[in-house]
Amino acid sequence: MSKLVQDLLAQGPVITDGAWGTQLLLQGLSSGDCPDQWNLIHPDRVEAVARSYVAVGSQVILTNTFGANRLRLAGFGLADRVAEINRAGVEISRRAAAGRAKVFASLGPSGKLLLMGDTTEAELKTAFDEQARALAAAGADAIVVETMTDLVEAKIALAAARATGLPVVVSVVFDSGKDKDRTLMGATPEQVVTELAAAGADVLGANCGQGIAGYIRVCARMRSVTDRPLWIKANAGLPKMVDGRAVYETTAEEFAQQAPALVAAGANFVGGCCGTSPVFIQALKGALGAGTTRPR
Amino acid sequence: MQDPKLLFTAVLEGDAVTAKRVTEEALAAGVDPQKLVSDYMIPAMDEAGRRFECNDYFVPELLIAARAMKASLELIRPLLTARGDQPAGRVAIGTVKGDLHDIGKNLVAALLEGGGFEVVDLGVDVAPEKFVAAVKEKNINIVALSALLTTTMPSMKVTIDALKQAGLRNQVKVMIGGAPVTQKYADEIGADGYSDNAAAAVALARKSVTA
Repeated sequence: MSKLVQDLLAQGPVITDGAWGTQLLLQGLSSGDCPDQWNLIHPDRVEAVARSYVAVGSQVILTNTFGANRLRLAGFGLADRVAEINRAGVEISRRAAAGRAKVFASLGPSGKLLLMGDTTEAELKTAFDEQARALAAAGADAIVVETMTDLVEAKIALAAARATGLPVVVSVVFDSGKDKDRTLMGATPEQVVTELAAAGADVLGANCGQGIAGYIRVCARMRSVTDRPLWIKANAGLPKMVDGRAVYETTAEEFAQQAPALVAAGANFVGGCCGTSPVFIQALKGALGAGTTRPR
Repeated sequence: MQDPKLLFTAVLEGDAVTAKRVTEEALAAGVDPQKLVSDYMIPAMDEAGRRFECNDYFVPELLIAARAMKASLELIRPLLTARGDQPAGRVAIGTVKGDLHDIGKNLVAALLEGGGFEVVDLGVDVAPEKFVAAVKEKNINIVALSALLTTTMPSMKVTIDALKQAGLRNQVKVMIGGAPVTQKYADEIGADGYSDNAAAAVALARKSVTA
């Protein structure tokens, strides 16, 4: 296990951060905007989100670089800005962390499906290599390959992230099948963990796609096939539209109440995805008493 | 000639090479092309959809089945068109304005094509007026709208309203889908149908053209 991960886990479960996208919307991001471009045009607002998580005690925060790969940025005419958008993203989170939290840089999926022939493995490799290098050069502590739906793409991103020498988390979405225990491509938690661990992921995880209750079951199944640290970030339930606005129905208290069960199921890094906020992280902190030494 | 029943298995198992070969041989032997579609291919896609519902099949299996069906349809479609047979329906599909996500939309488009529909793919970030123009110009019977973001879902309503204003709402069925979309939302904005997965979207499309 990498020293960074080992040190973080030495005192029990690690509290990560909550959502960025839904928090940026509160800062005024609107439909059709490129969230990652905000690192350049509204760094203050992005930093406000990062700071809000550090303030409530996130021990790990991510970066606003989820979609900052060449393939996604091309949709906004920003394919040639990969390096600067990622650099700015890491710098913003490092400023906000100010040494109080580790910065795990976010690297999301390409938005294209290999299986449909919309992209190629070579194109993905080029895009992820470019992004991972930029994140590492800017001083990220680790890279989180997150919200992946396809194991083939996840492994290409993992290889790109590993090549930087930084510790790598790979986190996959389970949102398919009757019990929401499969990826879009039909992979089970056991398959995901086995394949990604063999490919060299330091930490394995699940995020987005469903609420925390379902991820307790997914996490237990992941734990049944690995000793490596597990990373779980569930949504605040699934959104409902009320008067044209998305409302996530799970409250911070309800979310936090399930966190001990998630840790008992084997989770080591716990945070939230879409619809969660600093209030959720504060509640998690309360429920898990993290950051204080306790018997394991 | 090989038994055309092999076409059912070939489509179901996503074997495009066999699907094409059996189709060629059957057509050469004088089998009615429409019969190949309705007796073997559509039932095979229905079975693939059923397997998807019970978690035997996932997106990859559905996609290769649709691809096998398409390989065979490419041989059959010109014959059907030449004698004046219509496709199952004409669908204009797109991800709504403000939203650049195309995976879900592409999956549904591929499966609709596999299901015998003619699909006009308008792409991503599609303005309401583009849907309106497609309906006007391309004899469309189904408009399929996709959104992955909660922030772009309202564009679905705007698109439906634009169809109404253009006086076209009654000549098309509107179906919607995407991760945050729900049946309740479909009802609220006056869409005709909603599906939470790509396989069920094909069944929904078929139902809405026969209804």
